[in-house]
Amino acid sequence: MKCVGTMLAITALLGLGASASAQTLSTVKQRGSLICGVTQGLPGFSSPDDRGNWTGLDVDLCRAIAAAIFNDPTKVKFTPLSTKDRFTALQSGEIDVLSRNSTWTLQRDTSLGLNFTGVNYYDGQGFMVRKSLKINSALELNGASVCTQTGTTTELNLADYFRANKMKYEVLALATADETVKAYDGGRCDVFTTDVSQLYAEKLKLTNPSDHIILPEVISKEPLSPVVRHGDDQWFDLVKWVHFAMINAEELGVSSKTIDEALKSDKPDIRRLVGTEGNLGEDLGLTKDWVVRIVKSVGNYGEVFERNVGSGSKLGIARGLNNLWSKGGIQYAPPIR
Amino acid sequence: MATEGRSEAAPARAFYNDPKLRGIFYQIVLLAIVLWLGAEFVINARDNLRAARIATGLGFLDKTAGFSINQTLIPYTESDTYGRVFVVGLLNTLLVAVIGIVLATVLGFLVGIARLSSNWLLQRIAGAYVESIRNLPLLFQILFWYLAVLGALPSPRQSISIFGEVFINNRGLFIPRPIFDAGSEQVAAAFVVGILLSIGVRIWARRRQEATGRQFPVLWTAVALVIASTGLAVIATGFPISFDRPALRGFNFAGGGRVIPEFVALLVALTTYTAAFIAEIVRAGILAVSHGQTEAAYSLGLRPGQTLRLVVIPQALRVIIPPLTSQYLNLTKNSSLAVAIGYPDLFAVFAGTALNQTGQAIEIIGITMAVYLLISLVTSLLMNWYNARIRLVER
Repeated sequence: MKCVGTMLAITALLGLGASASAQTLSTVKQRGSLICGVTQGLPGFSSPDDRGNWTGLDVDLCRAIAAAIFNDPTKVKFTPLSTKDRFTALQSGEIDVLSRNSTWTLQRDTSLGLNFTGVNYYDGQGFMVRKSLKINSALELNGASVCTQTGTTTELNLADYFRANKMKYEVLALATADETVKAYDGGRCDVFTTDVSQLYAEKLKLTNPSDHIILPEVISKEPLSPVVRHGDDQWFDLVKWVHFAMINAEELGVSSKTIDEALKSDKPDIRRLVGTEGNLGEDLGLTKDWVVRIVKSVGNYGEVFERNVGSGSKLGIARGLNNLWSKGGIQYAPPIR
Repeated sequence: MATEGRSEAAPARAFYNDPKLRGIFYQIVLLAIVLWLGAEFVINARDNLRAARIATGLGFLDKTAGFSINQTLIPYTESDTYGRVFVVGLLNTLLVAVIGIVLATVLGFLVGIARLSSNWLLQRIAGAYVESIRNLPLLFQILFWYLAVLGALPSPRQSISIFGEVFINNRGLFIPRPIFDAGSEQVAAAFVVGILLSIGVRIWARRRQEATGRQFPVLWTAVALVIASTGLAVIATGFPISFDRPALRGFNFAGGGRVIPEFVALLVALTTYTAAFIAEIVRAGILAVSHGQTEAAYSLGLRPGQTLRLVVIPQALRVIIPPLTSQYLNLTKNSSLAVAIGYPDLFAVFAGTALNQTGQAIEIIGITMAVYLLISLVTSLLMNWYNARIRLVER
């Protein structure tokens, strides 16, 4: 881990020292593939299966971008990154886009030189403990040892929460998610804290998942979003609108199953979406049928959610906040017009 | 005669053929290229950082860090600055490096001597230790000790208790911490007096031995002197030292002193790994001393232990010190592997967490590299000074 970190830091030094090319889209086209930074294995968001194929909510966003550019969702190279190394890898140009359940904060948006493209999962931080401790609330955690991943907003929220509630705690901050889960599973910590969606995913990796419970408190706002570098507005727009297109498609009822009917539709908003009317895709540097490409190969936001983290997956997380604004959630995308 | 004639006859050379001038010229060109590359790098990095609007400069050191660290040698809270995080990390690195160096030296010398022992079993055990430990990757050993420690130890509620004073569990080692009340100064003073007296005894004993050849049990006298003077002071001042005992409260032990398992695992791994190399260095050093020295010492009537301590080791040190220095440097640098098990050393909290929270890779990696370099240079300097001091004095 250390070596990867050092390597990245050094390439960051050299990369930042060399050139920060503004033309990400043409670089990607020339290379013939998108390089996408993902987690080192988080079921539901980005994890490789036994044949090395990556799947997950964050992975599907990268596949959607590749589909929009190349009409081929497989033209993505995935770079697994730890929380500690992820932003350095993006800043230095190692990856084109970071789609790695990263929380959007002011400081990251400004002084880290990053742009967050749009929330693809509304999350919050929670706590997992052993059932045998007989604890029902996070407010009973005074004096506990807490395992968390280093370099995350989680680490900062944890400090804030315990300070605000005048509770003492000991933190064990580890570099990777696997090490953190292992330390918690080994009994080094009483509590494992991270975003709630991750708690559900990591719980499956424990020796006895049923011995653990997730406490009801959600102590923070964690809007998770893909990230790009400052300095390339065209690329920023492209990544942003790929996400918006998937939400708009769900809202208009356009899915991978109904896409052929949508192409024949005479409703103006659907016609603009699938490119049978107007030329909106080309303004993004893509083709007219960019949304068709995305929806055909990856699906709309609802399909992606259900397949990876929702009822169709092992995680079984309810849509909740991530439902469309018109259905009681807060997922809302600007109109395509 | 002939040489003189030739030099006078040498034709006047053009200045550009003068090897000395040429040498200087090339050096200036090389220096200019290096400086130009350096300047280009700095300017380019600055422009690119500015273009991407990434924060630069050392201003972040005054910003609030906001995260917690589980082992701090100086008081630290979440509302302290990144500057303080740096100091906390540096002290944690130095702590594990200094203790590791001392323990590795002791263990390394013992194993190195044991490998040359005439006791077959001891020699084989030492050999097996060296060959197995130094051939396994250090990161693997650190993880092994960490997981072994975690795996073998019970949870806080089932702690191993030693006389109800010391507790061991998978959260660490908990010991009573002394609290010094009024009157402790006298006890401390008595302790110092005991040590001074011991030094006096040693000087007197050496003089007497040089004059008369009679020996005196200096070590035992010193131990007795220190214990007696300190003990008397404690009784006279009415036990000014009390203990803060660790007690199980809720999830964990509170109060008392604590050693975290990450520290123990890292220390054990670094010590045993480096000791294996030191053992080989010590063995080489001892073998480099001619066997005639040992025979001469025996014939003077010195016992094997005395021969080793007074004749062989002092001569072997000349060979041992230079490679030993590089092992010390290795141990310090290897301590940055702490990041794998979550021990909060400089690399983990500063070049890890702080870097990630601030995003200022160039500054933080630069500072961290400079610090490791400085620690290494100071270590070398001290060892070179010691090496010069123990150099063989030729008469």
